[in-house]
Amino acid sequence: MGQTMVQKILARGAGKKSVEPGEIVNTKIDLCLGNDITAPVAISEFNRMGAETVFNTSRVALVPDHFTPNKDINTAKQVQIMREFAEKHRIKYYYEIGKMGVEHALLPEEGLALPGEIIIGADSHTCTYGALGAFATGVGSTDLAAAMALGEAWFKVPPAIKFEYNGKLPQWVGGKDLILYTIGEIGVDGALYRAMEFSGPAMEEMSLEGRLSMSNMAIEAGAKCGYMEPDGKVLEYAASRAAREYEPVYGDRDAEYENTFRFEVSNLEPQVAFPHKPSNVKPVSKAQEVHIHQSVIGSCTNGRIEDLRQAAGVLRGNKVPPSLRLIVIPATQEVYSQALKEGLLEIFMEAGAAVSTPTCGPCLGGHMGILAPGEKAVATTNRNFVGRMGDPQSEVYLSSPAVAAASAVAGYIIHPGEVAK
Amino acid sequence: MILEGKAWIFGDDIDTDAIIPARYLNTHDPEELARHCMEDADPEFASKVSRGDFIVAGKNFGCGSSREHAPISIKAAGVGGIIAVSFARIFFRNAMNIGLPIWECPEAVQAIQKGDSIKVDVEKGAIELPQKGYTFQATPLPEFIQQLIVNGGLVNYVRLKLGKEAL
Repeated sequence: MGQTMVQKILARGAGKKSVEPGEIVNTKIDLCLGNDITAPVAISEFNRMGAETVFNTSRVALVPDHFTPNKDINTAKQVQIMREFAEKHRIKYYYEIGKMGVEHALLPEEGLALPGEIIIGADSHTCTYGALGAFATGVGSTDLAAAMALGEAWFKVPPAIKFEYNGKLPQWVGGKDLILYTIGEIGVDGALYRAMEFSGPAMEEMSLEGRLSMSNMAIEAGAKCGYMEPDGKVLEYAASRAAREYEPVYGDRDAEYENTFRFEVSNLEPQVAFPHKPSNVKPVSKAQEVHIHQSVIGSCTNGRIEDLRQAAGVLRGNKVPPSLRLIVIPATQEVYSQALKEGLLEIFMEAGAAVSTPTCGPCLGGHMGILAPGEKAVATTNRNFVGRMGDPQSEVYLSSPAVAAASAVAGYIIHPGEVAK
Repeated sequence: MILEGKAWIFGDDIDTDAIIPARYLNTHDPEELARHCMEDADPEFASKVSRGDFIVAGKNFGCGSSREHAPISIKAAGVGGIIAVSFARIFFRNAMNIGLPIWECPEAVQAIQKGDSIKVDVEKGAIELPQKGYTFQATPLPEFIQQLIVNGGLVNYVRLKLGKEAL
């Protein structure tokens, strides 16, 4: 019986010929990462482990992106712990604000997430790098501490579920809509402990940004990872940015899948996840009359350049109503700078948006756009749990950048085609 | 080891934002986190839970973020363990790593009601409801994870690999 890409990557990392789903393996890791919420806990565990040095100073990435630029004294202290640790251990990839970006948008840009690699991060959206053909998964702080000390981690080899997307995506429908639709179909534990493999003609057509959005939200279906086998687009991107050597891995033709889902996407509408679960998904035409107070465009899910282009395409020549807040957060400095060059920031500002320096900010209810009781927001982020963006009585509706931009103009959730000029 | 306590009931898909909202993540002090444990699922939980009580929940407990602050806040609040239909995978890993006992046992979850007394034999994974006269067997943990727990969690596992003594 053949093996999936993930099985082969884990087997290689464990120095074995093959591995079976359910088997527990200890593998070397190519990169481990932490942020300003998870790294401080990991650092105290690292010290309790009695570790004196990190296993490799260029295989650890520390990105203070959640509460930065620091919103208060306590969060400044958390980053201080990270910064001092990074200096003491000569961590090569520590990113101070001004260089920092939202971690899962930043690391691919920096060539630190590459095909065939094993990457763990103390952040659940580490699964994003599956779009680049890596095995990447979220862990907790103690796991990060162990990885920093030993350069290895244990994994239970996941069974795989295959998702095949057939047809051609209509205008205004992209990766975010596909993953929301998928989670709506299978539920928030529909892929629990599983690897999600994305494939089919619609995936092959899709941009890297769209694929990164899809892999990013695999965790919202409970998955261990969500990936696509690396194709020409991925290999070209990786080759132009790689910070180290890497070797892509491909699954066998006769690989075993626990289940296969086939979706025809040619008639798919933009999708919206209603409160309070990412699986509570409806097509945008069923979402009308949801009046919103705020729209957020950004995050590790949808803060990349294509996302901003999409939003600008809808906002060009439009104005946001006086009482509505539109917040646009480019995910990295590179995205920010590119958006500036292309004139996108000007379009946002003319529409009446606040444009922020990169940060996770409002996505997790950190800062930069917290909701009051009773308020509703449409957001391109990844979670709409109770209290996620602020008060427990507030509501978050998840969508693509195009829907979030259009809704900001209309004042209620709407199809982008009805707003774009 | 035998754990005893009363049951607190929660539903399916309890996420880590409900367990410990991000507005409290500007610290990782366990006692501070414990004060807000389960706040957005049951605002009274943190002030009323007694040492040794159990959380009993449906499927996919701990879904969402990787914040280890979630199991840390539960452990620091005095909770003896969690019995659920299933756990989200990062939460499962984190609970194991920090030594918070958890068991998957759909049959027990179905039988347990709010306030029921629960007795758990940790080594055997046997969940007993003394008042009702039932005993349930939780899904056994993989051998590797049992060894991790026996050796005192991931911190000690790494200490031994680094040639240090266990804490």
